[in-house]
Amino acid sequence: MGEPIIEIWVYLAQTPLLWLVTTIGVYQVAQALSRRVGAPPLLNPVLLTIVALVSLLLLTDTSYDVYFDGAQFIHFLLGPATVALAMPLYQAERKLRQVLLPGLGALVVGAATGIIAAVLIGTLVGLDEPVLRSLAPKSITTPIAMGVAEAIGGLPSLTAVLVILTGMVGAMVGREVLDLLRCRDQSIRGFAMGLASHGLGTARALQLDREAGAFAGLAMGLNGAMTAMLVPPLLRWLGL
Amino acid sequence: MINALLSLLVFQLLGEVLVRAMGVPIPGPVVGMLLLFGALKLRGRVPDTLHKVSEALLNNLSLLFVPAGVGVMVHLNLLRTGWWQLLVTVIVSTLITLVVTALTMQGLVSVQRCARGGQTDG
Repeated sequence: MGEPIIEIWVYLAQTPLLWLVTTIGVYQVAQALSRRVGAPPLLNPVLLTIVALVSLLLLTDTSYDVYFDGAQFIHFLLGPATVALAMPLYQAERKLRQVLLPGLGALVVGAATGIIAAVLIGTLVGLDEPVLRSLAPKSITTPIAMGVAEAIGGLPSLTAVLVILTGMVGAMVGREVLDLLRCRDQSIRGFAMGLASHGLGTARALQLDREAGAFAGLAMGLNGAMTAMLVPPLLRWLGL
Repeated sequence: MINALLSLLVFQLLGEVLVRAMGVPIPGPVVGMLLLFGALKLRGRVPDTLHKVSEALLNNLSLLFVPAGVGVMVHLNLLRTGWWQLLVTVIVSTLITLVVTALTMQGLVSVQRCARGGQTDG
């Protein structure tokens, strides 16, 4: 009776359903696990999920392309979800008017800081020039960051990895760092998280507070444009 | 439900088209978000179904980054040379950016408050 397990695997490995279900399933388990132990920063559910899935793919010798055939349905929803950030932004509109000018100031200063800090620290620890160029746009969302890296002679695929790592840092410790600063204004907390660590920071800010999430989404979008504009002149200024 | 999802997708599409037509370095969906924000302002309220669908998406925003995050595995070998230098650079510079942004905005908010307070007093 029934098919041998290997044949079932062969069938499953070829359908998008397997990795779609696995991605959502692993994420739910990671969330439950993280919550059970009091959600410590280092056991961030997104990080747990990514590590578990990468291990699973390596163990089963599955390529990223095969995985993405299933996972693309989740990935696709990032677009409409970003558009949906208009909802919390609309609800925080009064606040938005109040902090618009301070936000724009923080945008310019924060964007420049992100680029200069990455390049200077990278130089200090002895990284090569193409790597430094790949580091410069790491605070912004992947597609723009890769485009910028390409234009300035960095390595776009390295930039993609650095962008995700940057997002993880903000998502994992952003809340704790802002608590240390005694920063209580949700609009400022969100703006800083979205600016420093794009979408992953925005998703985390949104989990913590709706208003913070709205401002994180806004900062993510604005910083995409600001960093793209600032990287070439700042790199020249830094002598790269 | 379908109408709400459709409007999100339509605004995303508008955003993508605008970004490409104007050649600006902003993601299409972010422009879609700003357009929808404008539309909500004109309408004066958020339709119920749109609110529900948006909440469902936003409550699970973290999950939506997982496929891209798993993509890191493809380029894991890029980190092999100088992985700790890269890690240190990313962690420290991200923390600096976070702190400087928050402090700048906080400072500017108090400056603005003082300036406005001064105006009404004087």
